[in-house]
Amino acid sequence: MSLNAGIPGGPIASKWTRHKSEIKLVNPANKRRHTIIVVGTGLAGASAAASMSELGYKVKSFCIQDSPRRAHSIAAQGGINAAKNYQNDGDSVYRLFYDTVKGGDFRAREANVYRLAELSVNIIDQCVAQGVPFAREYGGLLDNRSFGGAQVSRTFYARGQTGQQLLLGAYGALMKEVANGGVELYPRHEMLDLVVVDGHARGIVTRDLVSGVIESHAADAVVLATGGYSTVFFLSTNAKACNVTATWRAHRKGALFANPCFTQIHPTCIPVHDKYQCKLTLMSESLRNDGRIWVPKDPSDKRPPNEIPESDRNYYLEERYPAFGNLVPRDVASRAAKAQCDEGYGVGPAGRAVYLDFRDAIDRLGKAKIEARYGNLFDMYAKIVNEDPYETPMMIYPAPHYAMGGLWVDYNLMSNLPGLHVLGEANFSDHGANRLGASALMQGLADGYFIIPATIGHYIASERLDKVGTDHPEFKAAEAAAVERTRKLLAINGKRTVDYFHRELGMLMWDRCGMSRNAEGLQEALKRVPEIRDEFWNNVNVPGSAETLNQSLEKAGRVADFLEFAETMVYDALHREESCGGHFREEYQTEDHEALRDDERFCHVAAWEFQGVGAEPRLHKEALSFDEIHLVKRSYK
Amino acid sequence: MSATIDLTLKVWRQQDRSDAGHFETIEAKDISVDASFLEMLDLVNERLTLDGREPIAFDHDCREGICGMCGAMVNGQAHGPESKTTLCQLHMRHFSDGDTVVIEPWRSRAFPVLKDLVVDRSAFDRIIAAGGYVSVRTGQAPEAHSIPVPKNKADLAFDAAQCIGCGACVAACPNASAMLFVAAKVSHLSLLPQGQAERRRRARAMVAQMDREGFGNCSNHYECEAACPKGISVAHIARLNREHLFASVMEKVTG
Ligand SMILES: Cc1cc2nc3c(=O)[nH]c(=O)nc-3n(C[C@H](O)[C@H](O)[C@H](O)COP(=O)(O)OP(=O)(O)OC[C@H]3O[C@@H](n4cnc5c(N)ncnc54)[C@H](O)[C@@H]3O)c2cc1C
Ligand code: FES
Repeated sequence: MSLNAGIPGGPIASKWTRHKSEIKLVNPANKRRHTIIVVGTGLAGASAAASMSELGYKVKSFCIQDSPRRAHSIAAQGGINAAKNYQNDGDSVYRLFYDTVKGGDFRAREANVYRLAELSVNIIDQCVAQGVPFAREYGGLLDNRSFGGAQVSRTFYARGQTGQQLLLGAYGALMKEVANGGVELYPRHEMLDLVVVDGHARGIVTRDLVSGVIESHAADAVVLATGGYSTVFFLSTNAKACNVTATWRAHRKGALFANPCFTQIHPTCIPVHDKYQCKLTLMSESLRNDGRIWVPKDPSDKRPPNEIPESDRNYYLEERYPAFGNLVPRDVASRAAKAQCDEGYGVGPAGRAVYLDFRDAIDRLGKAKIEARYGNLFDMYAKIVNEDPYETPMMIYPAPHYAMGGLWVDYNLMSNLPGLHVLGEANFSDHGANRLGASALMQGLADGYFIIPATIGHYIASERLDKVGTDHPEFKAAEAAAVERTRKLLAINGKRTVDYFHRELGMLMWDRCGMSRNAEGLQEALKRVPEIRDEFWNNVNVPGSAETLNQSLEKAGRVADFLEFAETMVYDALHREESCGGHFREEYQTEDHEALRDDERFCHVAAWEFQGVGAEPRLHKEALSFDEIHLVKRSYK
Repeated sequence: MSATIDLTLKVWRQQDRSDAGHFETIEAKDISVDASFLEMLDLVNERLTLDGREPIAFDHDCREGICGMCGAMVNGQAHGPESKTTLCQLHMRHFSDGDTVVIEPWRSRAFPVLKDLVVDRSAFDRIIAAGGYVSVRTGQAPEAHSIPVPKNKADLAFDAAQCIGCGACVAACPNASAMLFVAAKVSHLSLLPQGQAERRRRARAMVAQMDREGFGNCSNHYECEAACPKGISVAHIARLNREHLFASVMEKVTG
């Protein structure tokens, strides 16, 4: 299989404009006759469904939650980037493009990233017009902050609830189209399979999560915007319903999975405190703008943090990365925290935490200012940890957060399966091996509002699609398989719960395929994953029945898919014999323990083809070329 | 290891929409005080499963107090005893060893129970569909800085826009009114210049849809504000009333 990204010709700055004027259009009267399925109602899915309905397509929109407004995007806190240069601090589309390519450690496609940076400015205009209440200055204009290691202030925010406000804007647009009759909503419906007819994605099989009914939906194209898979680690900052099912099922039907080992571990999370804990809480990394990270110089120093004098503290990020200090990118900050704890300098009951200290910021700016900036985060911390961060330094530790990997897509956001389009966190996208803060919201909305509405028309106009109904044998076969799988899960009646297996898998992946990896550990994971999977299929207990609301059954299906997906993730980590971004292979590091990229051998996207459960997937490579930005060692020193 | 407590749960069990439902007593032993209320339910469910019983169905997702998915009446209070706290952010340190905890779903004609603690809140989506947005199509937006918005207005709009749509306001209201929910959206958009064009139509249409869904009337009990995990103020209800009155008068005047 040759992977053709279909990148348009011409200079990078005009590729997208040129492409838009060259791709095919569907005439307005015909759009009504085309149905498009959109799975997912997060920023990517809701914006895509609303915008395509506005153009005249018939859209069916699916999500797991009881309302589209509750998609995981709602939880994003910190902000969204855009190259508006409102602060006059030297920002530009080019600079955002450059930062994103470099931040991703040169493992993303230049043309895609440039388009993303270009569209970022339109997103802000769109959201403001919808009534998204972004933070403003006294003059009435929009405020910005610097975020996640950027040296310019290009992040737009709505207190600590940016994702919520952006999603409510997209949800409003979606509901407007529901009222106009262009979108049919299917909340509490989970996609269990993709249906492929004559090599084209033509529909999905879903389970109604209230009645248990398994049914088919046919369409001219399918758009997946089903989010990321960080819950493969069990403990993560993602919402509980986040899963790999939709993308994994598409992968089993032929869609390639790209860079699955590129996962992001976020540095500022509340440490694990309890063995029954099932969710980790992220605190926005905007905290690093004013908080200082340190550990005691002496590992045996058990004094309360406020009693440890300046001279006995090691501000290891400021020390090691003087230019960026506490604001180094996430992968660098996370790895440094892990290294401190591995060497015994960690604090907190389990020694797996570092301090994030606001003492100096409070002295400098006053408590009121800190409260205005981070009040809700401080409250959240106090609620969970039962300590007052105004008085005692916070304790933080890295946690799984974001999936850079996802289904392979071309420049039009179409997978290698014609008709299957993938948006938002679900695709392998524009972030390479590491995503910069405030760039996921930007990407989801660029994909949904601006890219897919243009490129979907090109697909529909280029193909002569025969009408396919849900009575087609491919639909019937997929439905029957979903029913049978459900029956099987309910019949095992074993001795362990679904969560037990999810935890087992999660711990294994965290240990062996988490913040740092080595060949030996990965080989061990390759042995262990199938063992856990076998035990799951022989010993899981899924109570209740198929015909009712059954949350154990829902979870079981998702965990079963994680148990297949995890192996592919490990194969990917094993194949990539280099360190880049969030993927740190211990064997490949510089003398001072920085990531060591190997551009000779690994300057490619690794896209994996399914070969059967338990069988090694087949690797396809898309070579990456860097014509605009020179491949350089990524240094934040 | 943190301290633990033993609790007796009286939990509402209901198979489906048509089942009459009943309370079931379940012992919850050795609950870490650092666990959240939902982590406590997770643990209880693990044990029920291993005992061959059906776990308690409850809605949840983000576990950070922002998605609005979780919620239940805990000892008669929506989202439990802590103010400005969703159920997922309520920690067991607010309970004592030996407590009996009564857990019920939201009760409202407009929110039918689907199973145990899970209710159908799709009425909220239909209210938003009636007009809870600015009708701007993708790609039509003017440059964001072309319309400045005074900071105090933007902040007020944000306060209202924080609603997570959980339904606690309805559950807490003796009349099961959805006024705070509707008021929050109407207020958010009517405070911003972008929301002006549809201002009257929006207030009218959303209130009409609320009435159609079978929510009760607001008789100024203000239980909603106390129950709201985001602390949304009843002052927004006053604003909604003004908007609605104005819209109705204008309709009479202009036809
Ligand atoms: C705590 C937190 C804070 C964050 N903060 C920021 C930030 O400040 N800035 C930033 O840029 N990014 C941030 N991110 C990342 C960002 O929020 C996400 O990457 C982004 O919102 C993903 O959007 P999405 O539309 O791709 O998917 P999601 O919002 O995850 O939506 C997925 C949708 O798919 C549906 N779905 C999934 N599987 C199925 C299925 N099988 N069947 C049917 N429906 C399905 C779900 O119901 C949901 O509607 C944060 C992430 C977290 C976890
Ligand atoms: S689970 Fe999201 S608000 Fe409680």
